[in-house]
Amino acid sequence: MIWNKEMECADRETMRALQLEKLQKTVKHGYDNVPHYKEAFDKAGVKPEDIKSLEDITKLPFITKENLAANYPTGLFAVPHEDIMRIHASSGTTGKPKIVGYTKSDLDMWGECVARGLAMAGADKSSVIQVAYGYGLFTGGLGAHIGAETMGAMVIPMSSGNTQKQIMFMQDMKSTVLCCTPSYALTIAEQVEKAGLVPGKDIHLKAGVFGAEPWTQAMRDAIEERLGLRAHDIYGLSEIMGPGVSMSCEHNCGMHVQEDYFYMEIVDPDTLEPVPDGEKGELVITTLGKEGMPLIRYRTRDICYLMREKCECGRTTVRMSRVFGRTDDMLIIRGVNVFPSQVETVIAKFDELTVNYKLYVGRENNTDTFELAVELAEGVEIEDIAFVENLRKKIDRALRDMLGIGCKITLLNAGALPRSEGKAVRVEDTRKL
Amino acid sequence: MLVKQVSIFVENTTGRLADVTRILADAGIDLKAATIADAADFGILRCIVEDADAAKKILNEKGFNASVSEVIAVSLDNKPGGFHRVLQILADEKVGVKYIYSTIKSAEGEAVIMMKAADNDKAIEVLKANDVKLVSINEVK
Repeated sequence: MIWNKEMECADRETMRALQLEKLQKTVKHGYDNVPHYKEAFDKAGVKPEDIKSLEDITKLPFITKENLAANYPTGLFAVPHEDIMRIHASSGTTGKPKIVGYTKSDLDMWGECVARGLAMAGADKSSVIQVAYGYGLFTGGLGAHIGAETMGAMVIPMSSGNTQKQIMFMQDMKSTVLCCTPSYALTIAEQVEKAGLVPGKDIHLKAGVFGAEPWTQAMRDAIEERLGLRAHDIYGLSEIMGPGVSMSCEHNCGMHVQEDYFYMEIVDPDTLEPVPDGEKGELVITTLGKEGMPLIRYRTRDICYLMREKCECGRTTVRMSRVFGRTDDMLIIRGVNVFPSQVETVIAKFDELTVNYKLYVGRENNTDTFELAVELAEGVEIEDIAFVENLRKKIDRALRDMLGIGCKITLLNAGALPRSEGKAVRVEDTRKL
Repeated sequence: MLVKQVSIFVENTTGRLADVTRILADAGIDLKAATIADAADFGILRCIVEDADAAKKILNEKGFNASVSEVIAVSLDNKPGGFHRVLQILADEKVGVKYIYSTIKSAEGEAVIMMKAADNDKAIEVLKANDVKLVSINEVK
């Protein structure tokens, strides 16, 4: 089913005309209400009136995650606080989160985008949608939730974790759609298997909406087979909105972008010049019509490419490939954004440790592993095992507070970590994605 | 008597302990007593040497976290109940024991243990009052 034929199947001219109209509005809204945009546009010598075609967007300066950090917490909000109905947040580079505000209209738009995505997964009003993304500041849970409600389906707001309970509800409520991270889907699949439950007989899932972390074809195959469902990719980022920016249809040939709400560019991350369709580069997104916190030419740091060939599903919207990697050092571990700089901030607070550290990220049994190796500072008295274990606990707690996820901590003697000649290699990511 | 002990943080990787003993051997340092407290991915090697401060310095220079603390060297009667007698005295006086280990080679007819009490001073006081023989570093063979 196509949720909104008018928008999702619009011809190019109609869509481009709509995009231009919304772009012009967004640029003016940003310029008039957000000091950052006024300053940046003035500096670049461009006025909202200069945007006469979609191509003129390249006259506008980019906005980066550093700009978001500099405007913490609400410096980029374009409406009075009384018009903000909700905030979400994701981790930032400096340890302070990136806070995003949504107006009533922004939440409606989000619901519309996710509903379109759920329809791509074959969902409709009669579906039972089990949301096993985390609920809270993270956009996954409430993002999938608002889409399912917009659709009028039955939502089971499980949040993540408590796998046995997930499976109980899945059986008893006959869930038809599962929304979660791909690695959590595999955890559920394993438990379903272990319990001797048979897809099609005990479990009634038809589709899965999986996102928030990179995954492989092998994982997709395993999830589809073991849960007896069709897997769909969903893309989004909290700065822009959350999940639902784009999603794959039943043909699994890239993710359809909700183009009436997002204008996508792909640029060379070094020259910042546009690259042609089909060529990999950094994804730059401009929100169209978002009121609370409009982002104009936001550098996502995600590497992907765009496809415009017609899709068999009938949708005419541009599609983006899966994300191949990042242009910055952000790691996505079990769906959580982790910057090495955050880890550094935590380590610096401990007099017992040197400033050297190394992060090891891997994948075991389809779950990300995350390990931190740190060095004991010279002169620390470590007579007891208990002292070291307490220190480890304190570090673990501080990291959890900062990152939202835990990791295995290994303590080493000062100097035990390899020193590099040039830039320190802080991360070893052995996941094959 | 209080005896200086060196505690060395050792990562739990094959050969790492040998790195420590090689450093001590190369420096001509004799190990009089040694024990390892182990956790999952690291251990603490505690040992008694003639000059603990010198050993600490050498180990620090070679990149090992080493620190010096004090333990009590207690001479036991080398017969059944000898060990028990010492522990019973401490138990009666409610002095906790954190850990105990023994020397690598004991002298004829005598066994020496290294003991860390929750309160070393009190332990010494009660052991002395009960005629338990405490020994100095020179007597730890």
